[in-house]
Amino acid sequence: MTALAAPPDAAVEDVARQRVRRTSRRRLVIAVLAVLVVAAFAVTLMVGRSFYPPGEVWRVILGEKVPGASFTVGRLRLPRGILAVIAGLCFGLAGVTFQTMLRNPLASPDVIGISSGASAAAVVGIVVFSLDGAAVSSLAVVAALGVALLIYVLAFKDGVAGTRLILIGIGVGAMLNSVIQYVLSRAGQWDYQEALRWLTGSLNGTSWTTVLPALIALLVLAPVLLGQTKNLAALQLGDDTAAALGVRVERTRVIAIITAVGLVAFATAACGPIAFVSFLAGPIAARIVGPNGSLLVPAALVGAVLVLVADLVGQFALDTRFPVGVVTGVLGAPYLIYLIIRTNRAGGSL
Amino acid sequence: MTSVLTVPTPDAATRRRPGSVRFLWLLVVLAALALLMAASVAIGSRGVGWSDIVAALGGSQETVAEAAVTKRIPRTFLAVLVGAALGLAGAVMQGVTRNPLADPGVLGINMGASLAVVAGLAWFGLFGATSIIFTAIAGAALAAVFVYAVGSLGRGGPTPLKLALAGAATAAALTSFITAIALPRGDIAASVQSWQVGGVGGATGSTITPVLPFLVVGLVISLLSARSLNSLALGDELAAGLGERVALARGLAALGSVLLCGAATAVAGPIWFVGLVVPHFCRLLVGVDHRWLLPFSVLVGACLVTASDVVGRIIARPGELDVGIITALIGAPFFIAVVRRQKVREL
Repeated sequence: MTALAAPPDAAVEDVARQRVRRTSRRRLVIAVLAVLVVAAFAVTLMVGRSFYPPGEVWRVILGEKVPGASFTVGRLRLPRGILAVIAGLCFGLAGVTFQTMLRNPLASPDVIGISSGASAAAVVGIVVFSLDGAAVSSLAVVAALGVALLIYVLAFKDGVAGTRLILIGIGVGAMLNSVIQYVLSRAGQWDYQEALRWLTGSLNGTSWTTVLPALIALLVLAPVLLGQTKNLAALQLGDDTAAALGVRVERTRVIAIITAVGLVAFATAACGPIAFVSFLAGPIAARIVGPNGSLLVPAALVGAVLVLVADLVGQFALDTRFPVGVVTGVLGAPYLIYLIIRTNRAGGSL
Repeated sequence: MTSVLTVPTPDAATRRRPGSVRFLWLLVVLAALALLMAASVAIGSRGVGWSDIVAALGGSQETVAEAAVTKRIPRTFLAVLVGAALGLAGAVMQGVTRNPLADPGVLGINMGASLAVVAGLAWFGLFGATSIIFTAIAGAALAAVFVYAVGSLGRGGPTPLKLALAGAATAAALTSFITAIALPRGDIAASVQSWQVGGVGGATGSTITPVLPFLVVGLVISLLSARSLNSLALGDELAAGLGERVALARGLAALGSVLLCGAATAVAGPIWFVGLVVPHFCRLLVGVDHRWLLPFSVLVGACLVTASDVVGRIIARPGELDVGIITALIGAPFFIAVVRRQKVREL
């Protein structure tokens, strides 16, 4: 390198300035998203059938006894809001991890059937084996990992082609959804609301016991995944380049898959596979941040905003109370089609 | 149609079965269908004896067992009709798009019919069996055109994988809309919910009769398009060279299959994978000649749905399992196998 003539100072300064601009934009976006998450979370706590001003909500959070608000906010809205944030973060992180790793926006855990795997395991655990809490979560994790492995093995044929993996995932998902419907109908109390929870995701009836496993999973797994940020970015350049850059490719991939599937599984065991959140979060984050470094944190925050806002819309914006998964489904579905149209037109990998 | 069209496709020539073998298979399939229909009448949460069945067929409804049999007869007929329609629709669709992954469910066409009906029920006060069927067929046609348009954008036209992906995405999208429309409407939620999975339970004579004319017209159009499908299988240029009016032939065949799956969806809800599995299975039996393939798809489709209905009644005793769940359990592994083989454009 030293043999080369030093580039002119102006060019160096230009590159440096651009880098500063990029990182500052990234920081700004993350800050704005974080503020949005907090704001939406606060609205979730305050608004409902009865309105509580911020002061009362704050006193409840601090643990004081406030008549009325203690129950409504402390027992109903707080777990719901927290689970919304956790689920959004989990789905966003996991979705963008899969999308970057497989280099295909369609390859998010909910499109390729991994969420359905977790969901089916949770339903089987609850209905057939009468499990609850941590046992359901661990069953969901094991099943989701198994489904991920199954899809990968089935799609493997002289390497894994993106389209084949996605289509096989869709097929596996269709089968798992019929397993869910089968188990629910055997349960005798075929309840549409309950079915919707496990097919599209819902936050109704959240309590602290359902929140806890998901919270622990997020606190343990998210740092592991974030620790792989640089390696994942290198993986996007292709396996050979990443290896040449000193990344241990297989190790990174295995860690990323296990943590991402774990996040999806714990969140799904708590509130069902909230439709299309992990699919939407990554592309939205990419659009806002631009090509400015890793998408993991922005996508996680976008996921949280999506779930919080969709839950608010589902609860209050319309005449009926829709489960959050229905709202995100209606938002996400047209985007899915738009993405396919765009990929087809570009003559992409299909 | 001239004699030119009887020229067999290269595939048909190499994989032609002797007429006697096909005839033998025909007898086997017919026997299987008869057996399954008998089983469908005999098996259920209430056991019945032969005497009850014979008495019920004679119109008697005096004992509970006889009444149960009387309930099961229209149901069996509906299963046969829906299976026949979906099997044939799948075979025609695979021929028209020259796509081994085509299926009214995978391509999202059933969901189009569903969404149209649910929207009609919820918002436009849709009423009466015939108007429901018309709405379902219109929805199916719209979905078919949309999926085909999306799937054929870009390089290479409508490749099997692109079409299947567009169809699966459209189906997912339409499912979300159906849920969103049906959920707030408690008054229609029950019917929508049982209908959304796809089932033939609760059929009576009056639910079947209005759909019959549509199924018959679809059946006739589809079966008559067998010869043109054979020439389309050679590729558009060659088919045109043989004197086929390609666009007309394709349009007619597509119309037939849309009529079939729209009408089937209107009575039984969206049922996935029947139209995918059946034609592939029939190709193993009788080869790729559509003049044999299409009638066989009718029979085997009827067998599959009737069998699924019976199995659904056996494994979920004392309740029952909707046909749509069973066919998804059978069909999804099959779908995966076809995707894996990826014998693209080799119909």
